[in-house]
Formats: sequence, C-alpha cells, structure tokens
Amino acid sequence: MRYLPKSPTERQDMLAAIGVKSIDDLFASIPERYRLREALQLPGPLSEAEVIDFFKARASENSVGYTSFLGAGVYHHLRSVVTDAIIQRGEFLTSYTPYQAEISQGTLQAIFEFQTLMCQLTGQEVANASMYDGSTAATEAVLMAERLTGRSRVLVARSVHPEYREVLKTYARNSGLRVDEIPYAANGTLDRQALQSALKDDVAVLLVQSPNFFGVIESLAPLAEAVHASGALLAVAITEGLSLGLLKPPCEADIVALEAQSFGLPPSYGGPFAGVVASKEKFVRQMPGRLAGQTADAEGRRGFCLTLATREQHIRREKATSNICTNQALCALAATVHLTLLGKEGLREMAHQNLCKAQFALAELEKVPGMRRAFDAPFFNEFTVELPRSVKLVNAYLLRDKIVGPFVLGQPYPELTKHALVCVTETTPRTEIERFAASLRKALEQPL
Amino acid sequence: MADKIKKATRHTNQNEGLIFEKSSPGKRAFDLPPLDVPATDPAKALGAHYRRDGVEDFPEVSEIEVIRHFTRLSTWNYAIDLGMYPLGSCTMKYNPRVNEFVARLDGIATEHPYQPQELSQGCLKILRLLEQCLLEITGMDAVTLQPAAGAQGELTGLLLIRAHHTKNGNPRKKVLIPDSAHGTNPATAVIAGYEVENIKSGSNGQVDVAALRDLVTPDVAALMITNPSTLGVFEQHIPEIAEILHAKGALLYMDGANMNALTGITRPGDLGVDVMHINLHKTFSTPHGGGGPGAGPVAMKKLLEAYRPFPILVEREAGRLALESVRPDSIGKVKAFTGNFGVLVRALAYILAYGPGVRQATEDAVLNANYIRKHLEGAYDLPYSLPSMHEVVFSDAHQRKNGVNTMDIAKRLIDYGFHPYTTAFPLIVHGALMIEPTESESREECDLFIDAMRSIAEEAARNPELVKTAPHTTRVGRLDETGAARKPVLRWKPLPPRSEAAD
Repeated sequence: MRYLPKSPTERQDMLAAIGVKSIDDLFASIPERYRLREALQLPGPLSEAEVIDFFKARASENSVGYTSFLGAGVYHHLRSVVTDAIIQRGEFLTSYTPYQAEISQGTLQAIFEFQTLMCQLTGQEVANASMYDGSTAATEAVLMAERLTGRSRVLVARSVHPEYREVLKTYARNSGLRVDEIPYAANGTLDRQALQSALKDDVAVLLVQSPNFFGVIESLAPLAEAVHASGALLAVAITEGLSLGLLKPPCEADIVALEAQSFGLPPSYGGPFAGVVASKEKFVRQMPGRLAGQTADAEGRRGFCLTLATREQHIRREKATSNICTNQALCALAATVHLTLLGKEGLREMAHQNLCKAQFALAELEKVPGMRRAFDAPFFNEFTVELPRSVKLVNAYLLRDKIVGPFVLGQPYPELTKHALVCVTETTPRTEIERFAASLRKALEQPL
Repeated sequence: MADKIKKATRHTNQNEGLIFEKSSPGKRAFDLPPLDVPATDPAKALGAHYRRDGVEDFPEVSEIEVIRHFTRLSTWNYAIDLGMYPLGSCTMKYNPRVNEFVARLDGIATEHPYQPQELSQGCLKILRLLEQCLLEITGMDAVTLQPAAGAQGELTGLLLIRAHHTKNGNPRKKVLIPDSAHGTNPATAVIAGYEVENIKSGSNGQVDVAALRDLVTPDVAALMITNPSTLGVFEQHIPEIAEILHAKGALLYMDGANMNALTGITRPGDLGVDVMHINLHKTFSTPHGGGGPGAGPVAMKKLLEAYRPFPILVEREAGRLALESVRPDSIGKVKAFTGNFGVLVRALAYILAYGPGVRQATEDAVLNANYIRKHLEGAYDLPYSLPSMHEVVFSDAHQRKNGVNTMDIAKRLIDYGFHPYTTAFPLIVHGALMIEPTESESREECDLFIDAMRSIAEEAARNPELVKTAPHTTRVGRLDETGAARKPVLRWKPLPPRSEAAD
C-alpha cells in the first residue's frame, strides 16, 4: 500500500525486536471471538488515478454547466488561486492545534491576524479563532448571552436563517433555554412592536440577522436601544460577510456571530466553513472557542500562544464555556489569506459589484410581467421577489435552460407561498442575469 | 551535542511582522473583472445611514507580499509532512494529497447545498458510499454524517440517547464518565442536559466492572467509554459492561477517537456499543489543518436510528438518492446544511485507496507503538503494563527525581526535530507522556525517535538544566503564557498618532 512506509522484512524485524511471533499477538487483548475473521467488505483498493476517476465521475453527476441564483447562507464568490496554494502548504495543512507554541508560530500568528481582521470587519473588540460555522456560532453567541445575563429566555427573529434557528433549538432544548420567535414587518425587517411586547426582564438576548434571510438590512441602532433598555443583549448573525465591505459594521451589537464562507471558501455542498464569535473586551472571559494572544519569550521576542484556556473543555471539563475542542483553523487561514489579497480596496470593490449586480438583477426581473419585489427595505446582494405562480414550477422550467433558480421561501416560511430569494454576486455575468430574466418571462408565459 | 541530534539541523528562517505592519495605502493584490452593469451609488441604494467608507486599517499589500508573508509564517510550523508527530490521542497520520485534489474538483467544491437534488446525485452518492463504508467498519446499523467534529459527534450521540430515553418515558439524569476520558466528554454531557458522574479507573487503568455494577442505577442514561482507553489499552470487559448497562436500560456510548487501533480488527457494534462518533480527521486521515476542520459522524444501533438529525439520506426508485427533512422523532439539526462535506469527500478518498487493506494500517500503527514501547521501557516509567494498542503512555517518574517533567522532555524533543507527544494526559497518570506514532512512520523514523527519547533521558540524568530550559533551537523560546492570559492582547491595533503617544 503506497501510504505505508514498511517492507514485509521490516515488519518481521520489528515483531522480532518486540519479542512476538506474529502481528496477531499484539491484538491478543481483544477477546478472540470479537476479532474479525474476514476482511471488511469495502470497495477498493484504488490507485491514485482510480480515486480521481471516481470523484470526477461523481462531479459530472452534479450541477457543472449551470448558472445559479442561490445564496441563502452560502455564496459563490471569486477566489484567488493564491489562497489554495497557501493553505495546501504542508506546514499549514498537516499540523495540529498549536498547543506547542514554539513550533506553531505560523498558525498562531495567522490566527492572531484572523482575529484582527474579524474585529475590523465587525466593529467588535475581540473575535475568536473560529468555530464550526455560522449556525453554531449563532448558537454559541446565544449561550454566551445566557451566561452573561443569567437570564434564560431568548428572542430570535424569524428572519434569521431557518437552519440557524433549527440548530439553536437543538442546543436550547436541553439547556433550559426558552426560545421565542419575533415576526417580521411588512418591509421584511424585524417587527419592532412585536419585539417591544416580547421584551420582558427575563430576556437574555435578541438574535437578529443582517442582512437578514430575506436579504434585507436590519436597522440595528433602535433594536439595540430597545434591547439594552430591558437589560438584555443584542446578538447579530451575519451570513454574508462580504456585506461588511460596504455596510456599517454592527458596533451596536454585544455579540456578533459571523459566517466566513464568503471569504475564500467554496460552497462545497455546505461545508467546511468557519463561524466566528466577536464581542466586547469586557465579555471575553465568557467567549466560547479558542483565542490566540500576543506574548513574549524570556528574551522579549514577540510570539503568540493560545490563551484564556481556562474557559475550555480540556481544562474545565464539565464546567467549560462550550464543549467545542476544534476550530476551523484551515478555513480561518483561507479567510485570512483571501481578505489580505482583497485588501481594503478589493473588499470594497467586490462588495460594490455585488450591490450593483443585485440592483441590476432586480430591475431586470421587475420588467417581467407579474414579478414583484416583496420587501422594500434596502438590501445587499440578495432580495425577495413574489411570483405570480409557484416558484417550484418556475424553477423546474428554468432548469431546462441550465439555470438553477432562486431559493424557494415557501418551505421554511409557509406564508410566503410564491416568494423566492434571488442572489447575485460578482461571479454572475450580466448576460446570465439577462438570460435568467428572459427564461423567467418564458416560464411565466407557459400555460398552467 | 550536534551528533546526538540526527534528524534536525539549524537553518535560517525569515523574520516577518504582522501583515498589518506591512500595509501601505494604495497597494493591492487582487483585481476584479470590470463591472459589466451600471454602477450604483451605495449611498443611494442603501441609504447614507448604512454605508461604510472602507474598513479602517484593513491590509493593503501586493500579491508577492501576501505569498511571502504566509510562506514565511508556514516555515515556523512543524507538520506531519516534516516528520513524526506522535501526539497521543490525535492520530497524526499522513494526509494523502490526492484527497485534497478531489475535494477541490469542479462539481465537488462548487456545489451549493440548496441546489436541486436531481443536480446533486454525485454529492449524494459520495455521502451514501461513505455511510456504507462507516457502517461496515463500525458494525453499526445507521449513521449520521452531519456533526462537524468529534465533540459535536459526542453531543449528537448523547442527544440521540436522550431522545431514546425520553421516548420511553424518562430522559434519565446522569452520564457516567471514566476519569481517563477526554475533556470533551464531560463538557458535552452537560450541554446535553445531563449530570456527570466521574467513575474511578481500577488499579489496572480499566473500568472497574464490579464497581460499575453498583453505579448503574435507573438514573443512568449512558456510560461514555473510550476504547481503546486513553492509556492505549483495549477495554477487555466491554461486552460485559454493555450487558450491565443494557440490563438497566442504559446505553453504551463509545468515544471513537482511538478507532485507529480497531479498524479492520474488531467492530464496536459487535462489542455491544450502542452509539459512537468517529473522528474522520484522526482515523480517516483528513488533515488537521492547524486545528480543524474535522468531521465527527455518529454511528448507531437500530434503536436510535429514528432520532438522527435531519436531513436523512434516503434511496428512492431507480437508485435515485434524496435528502428528507420530515422526521417527527429527530433530535433536530446540529449544524446547518449536510455536514462538512469537503471533509467527508477526503475521508471517502482515503477509504477507497485502502479498501479492505485498511487493516494493514491498523496493524502497522499497533506495531509502531509496541516497537517504541519496547525500546523506551526502562528509560521511562511505564505506569500500566497492560498490552498497548496504537499508543503507549509512559510517565516522567524517573526524570522527576532530577526535577525534569514531561513538559520539559517534550520541549527538548523539539530540539531533536520532533513534535512532542501529548503531555500530562490522561489525567490518571501523573506526568504522562502519551505517544501515538501511527502507521505513517517508517522503521527508520521510529528509530530516530527512540534514539532521541533515550538521549533526552540521559540528559535529564546528567544535565537536567539543558532539558528544563529547552527548546534551544526554535525562533522563540518558551512563551510567557501566564502574562498572555493576565493581560490578553487578542488583536493588532495601530500605534496611536505621535502626539497622543506623547501624552
């Protein structure tokens, strides 16, 4: 086997050195009747070429050749080849969590830079070294707020990503948290009146998303004011990190839960991505996840190490702030490289292109008879439209033109029966937007 | 000294500041294709209230500076690609490059989780085949690929157990956890809504079966066991332990962190385990990447199947695969979308490369651990003499007499060109040295490691100061971790303007 660096003779010599006759002797502690007598029924072994052929064949059964208007928490963005070249360096790819700081300074400094970039983007004072993804970061943000306030009721906007809300419910179910949902208003933003009447002195946190699941930007200042007045915290989830290149950062938030997928990570059928929790300095000891900090050695040389580990499971065991052990270090590194490549100007330009293309797409779609914009609050690169007929049927028609249509909102929001969430990024050429509008027009002209 | 250190030599590496310190306004490393639609004024489209002028202090550098910056940083890391990385319990094995290649293919990396399922059959087939392989390897009946890492797998497993008990009328109160367990076990049990009862290991480091019999009351939901234990020893009484639990309606959870000792040799499902997680980033070689991403699928017996997180992969007519979300008894979702798909792709690529031959990897891993044990016995104290599987745990008892502890030895190992083993774990061994070589090490590399460890044992006896002040060859020495925690500096900040600084 090509991955195993031993010849049969070497194996024999090593067994002799140990003082056993056969390899089976080393497994003698496993009761005989539980040892497998036959080989596992697994496909393979495959050569490298065959492995590649297998996955190429699977790839060809997917959506290659289609243009997609899907976003909804996972975005297609340009990525430089530099990012993959860097994160595939063996020193980054094949190293462990940087517990041995002296020989992990590369990873540690990169994490420190990642934390800095995340603070700059979100307008927060501290950010962790990343968590599994946006959905678990949002959940951890809520649990953090519970610890900080000592209160156990959670308000979650219905316009938060439906899967994020599902994950939160799973975690909340057994930790004594009560989760109540706050509806959205006619313009797609959080219903402030509903919020006011739900805000009692048992509320730990309000979790909103901005831009929210309908693509609409929430006005955070009045929400923060209302929430703080009742002694609760404001947590803001961000699924489209690129929006921060053009939008005011959520400084009013006490905790930010960001999905960093848009920063150089491919959609990859849903993962791996990287979530981030960012917050205020005064809350740092209740933050979940790893943190890298700056320090020095005995000779005063600057270095970095994992710090504040007394919050974590390997020290605190059942009293830890979270059970999380891993972060998404390589994904966070990809985001660091990507954002460094984009830089100040590139980030702003990419964000601006998204805004322009989405504005253009909306204008094109509004020309199609029967199409209507659903919510009129400002948006970034996603917006909601109402169709004169079932989105599912229309999407089936679009597939014939090799177009993957917009996200069907009727599934998670039964009241939005004919609504679709359209996403356009810098990767969507104008000609494809026009073709999409034309195909939609044709679809709607079809007899029912 | 130089001739003692065979694996490593000094070489120059580059200094490099923070990327923010290299920034200069107007530089850039990325160009976008020109905008092909009319430009919109952000203030108009968004309202001036929402508009941002640019992220303050964001880096501005060129492409070559980006490449050099991160390449220089990378050279400050140790990695499996450089040599043996014997971190016990972490299974640092070779990460095949072809796995990286296939995970990045167009049609794999490019796929969106919400695209129509008829356009995702390739992704779903990958998931299906991985499920089948993991069921065969573990001897279980059902699996979920959703958990993002081992700790999330543990949580999923305990939530399944909770759902099962709840369905039978009572979620129960306690989870039993041996004192040798990973720290994630107790932390997870609390999040799943359980009290933790730590159980003391017997004198041989194994679960004390007689004592366990008394501990399993109708309040106990499950026992979380690691097998092989964190001492690297197979829990011989595991079928009996399962019987004791099952007789009281409790379930047996197995932490699969050490599956690298069992794959192809025995199957947890056959041993009476009800549910377990598998760390794909350990046994199935997906890269650790400096601390993630991982994936922690959970395999289970039939009685837990109905509670799996949704969506569930199902087979429809004519072999079509589909993801189904309507599951009345499901514990819900533990992560958005379908799991860390890119990690799952790499694990399947690894399994396909070996096929049934994966047993040879297990055998070589156990061979290496025992070879190292044989050659270090005597030089280091072996607190438990039970047969080792894939890892061996020594203690620093001999060296402590000279004031040298496991951390000192670990740091000295760095000078010899190795990554340290796991220090001070498991907690039941005072001053533990937990060594897991994996199957990826040649005999030559094992010999170099053995020489290094013996040489350090001699140094500890003759010149303890040398060991206690190690490492001596790294670009930074031991860092002030206490200071880092007392006054945390967790981000870079620009220097204040001169006039302010003078105040």
